[in-house]
Amino acid sequence: MNEIGLGHFLSVAAVLFTLGILGIFLNRKNVIIILMSIELILLAVNINLVSFSIYLNDIVGQVFALLVLTVAAAEAAIGLAVLVVFFRNRGTIAVEDINLMKG
Amino acid sequence: MNFETAGYSLQPILPELVLVIGAMLLLMLGAYRGQRTTGLVTTLAVVLLVATGALVLMLPAGKLVTFGGSFIVDDFARFLKVLALIGSAVTLVLSAEIMANPTRRMFEYSILVLLSSAGMMLLISAGDLIMLYLGLELMSLALYVVAASNREDAKSNEAGMKYFILGALSSGMLLYGASLIYGFTGTVQFAGIAAAAKDGNIGLVFGLVFLLAGLCFKVSAVPFHMWTPDVYEGAPTPVTAFFASAPKVAGLAIFTRVTLTAFPGIVPQWQQIVVFVAIASMALGSFAAIGQKNIKRLMAYSAIGHIGFALVGLSAGTVEGAQGVIVYISIYVAMTLGAFSVILAMRRNGLHVENISDFAGLSRTNPLLAFFFAMLLFSMAGIPPLAGFFAKFYVFMAAIKAGLFALAVIGVVTSVVGAYYYLAIIKVMYFDEPAPGIDRVRLELRGVLAIAGLFNMLFFIYPAPLVNAATAAAKSLF
Repeated sequence: MNEIGLGHFLSVAAVLFTLGILGIFLNRKNVIIILMSIELILLAVNINLVSFSIYLNDIVGQVFALLVLTVAAAEAAIGLAVLVVFFRNRGTIAVEDINLMKG
Repeated sequence: MNFETAGYSLQPILPELVLVIGAMLLLMLGAYRGQRTTGLVTTLAVVLLVATGALVLMLPAGKLVTFGGSFIVDDFARFLKVLALIGSAVTLVLSAEIMANPTRRMFEYSILVLLSSAGMMLLISAGDLIMLYLGLELMSLALYVVAASNREDAKSNEAGMKYFILGALSSGMLLYGASLIYGFTGTVQFAGIAAAAKDGNIGLVFGLVFLLAGLCFKVSAVPFHMWTPDVYEGAPTPVTAFFASAPKVAGLAIFTRVTLTAFPGIVPQWQQIVVFVAIASMALGSFAAIGQKNIKRLMAYSAIGHIGFALVGLSAGTVEGAQGVIVYISIYVAMTLGAFSVILAMRRNGLHVENISDFAGLSRTNPLLAFFFAMLLFSMAGIPPLAGFFAKFYVFMAAIKAGLFALAVIGVVTSVVGAYYYLAIIKVMYFDEPAPGIDRVRLELRGVLAIAGLFNMLFFIYPAPLVNAATAAAKSLF
């Protein structure tokens, strides 16, 4: 039997991270999906941190992961608040409607 | 257990504690007494920032370390903290009248600036990856809100939205990089990483690339600059002035600290990245600004270019290079604050005008304003003997001493191209038919403009204090 080791955890995290990045760039529909993708990226990082922490037998990684979770919650709150203000003004949250300014 | 002996002394972090507690008290004041306290809260916020700066300077000399190495106060941190605090305080002064306007009074703005400044100070003093991340987020979360702070304006909302999405993405990349660096070195402390990172382990380099990508976003360096023009244009003008000054100081500070203190063992690996980023930023900053009609958008491209020049100094990876970065960012802050006080002064019948064509004939309707703005633009273009020339001189000298001749040549060429669009604005101001006159310029704008303008014009007479302080700050990193 193959044992599940560090490499497996890192691969899962890498896949989740890539999915999150792709979710932001390929999604043409809805800003909520972007917020979900951002959460996915942060959770991929947490898997990385916790598995490294176990592998290195060092508690700092888990402390870092807890702090990341806290900040992610604050970030989501601010993102949703900005989204609500945007929706009140424009009546839409479609990604293609975020186009008042073009560079 | 005694905190002092266990390496958890609170003394080095005292200025930050005063700042956040003061911010909380002001928040209470505003929340209980309502929006009519906006003017008072803004004044107290400026006082608080000045007091914090004084506390930073009053800390005992030398290198102070606390929280087991997570928080470092050295000459580098002192210098840049004071600079960031000056940037925040001056932008609060510049925006006081607009934020106190009865139709859109908002005391929260000052509080958010204070909290953002606290984040910058933590960021500048960060001694490990956790403090770096927390400081960065404390700074950015407040910035997302202030970008969207004009709730009635769809452009401001859109600016906040774009900034939030791209900012969160970049924080994610930075964190992923941090997690890989932690995994491959076994520590989050910069000193520990420097000890472990002697060879170019592929996992470590991978993490370094992600970390630098996240940092490039925060200082708006190419290829992570796409948010800058939109956010600068969409955000209310005082907020744009804030974005252009203090957060850039903090971003460049941590960029310098991470590369020089955590990765001195693998200079060739990060040097390539920084050289590429510097060249791309300088080129884009010069060429993309040429066709712009909106002055705030133009300032965004100008900022991208300036960050590129500052990174030229960093790519040298030497004491001279770090000194060049510090001198550059100090002069950049002075130039930017002066330029934004002119942009804020451009009002007709109480409304802000933002197009470059609105500056037409300013030399005849308001000669003094036009003169100062022209001097600031010459300085940004790097024309001697103005301060902007010396800023560029120090970074290019550092690059040449480090043998990066191609980089220095490209830098000089792009700065010549960049001079074109600065001179174009001066041409509009001095030789075009006058547009209708602007409103009377408020006293605080005149004051900031006079100080920034005189600093730029007279810097060459007595550059020693700034340069010596920058040298001491740079030496404390090595």
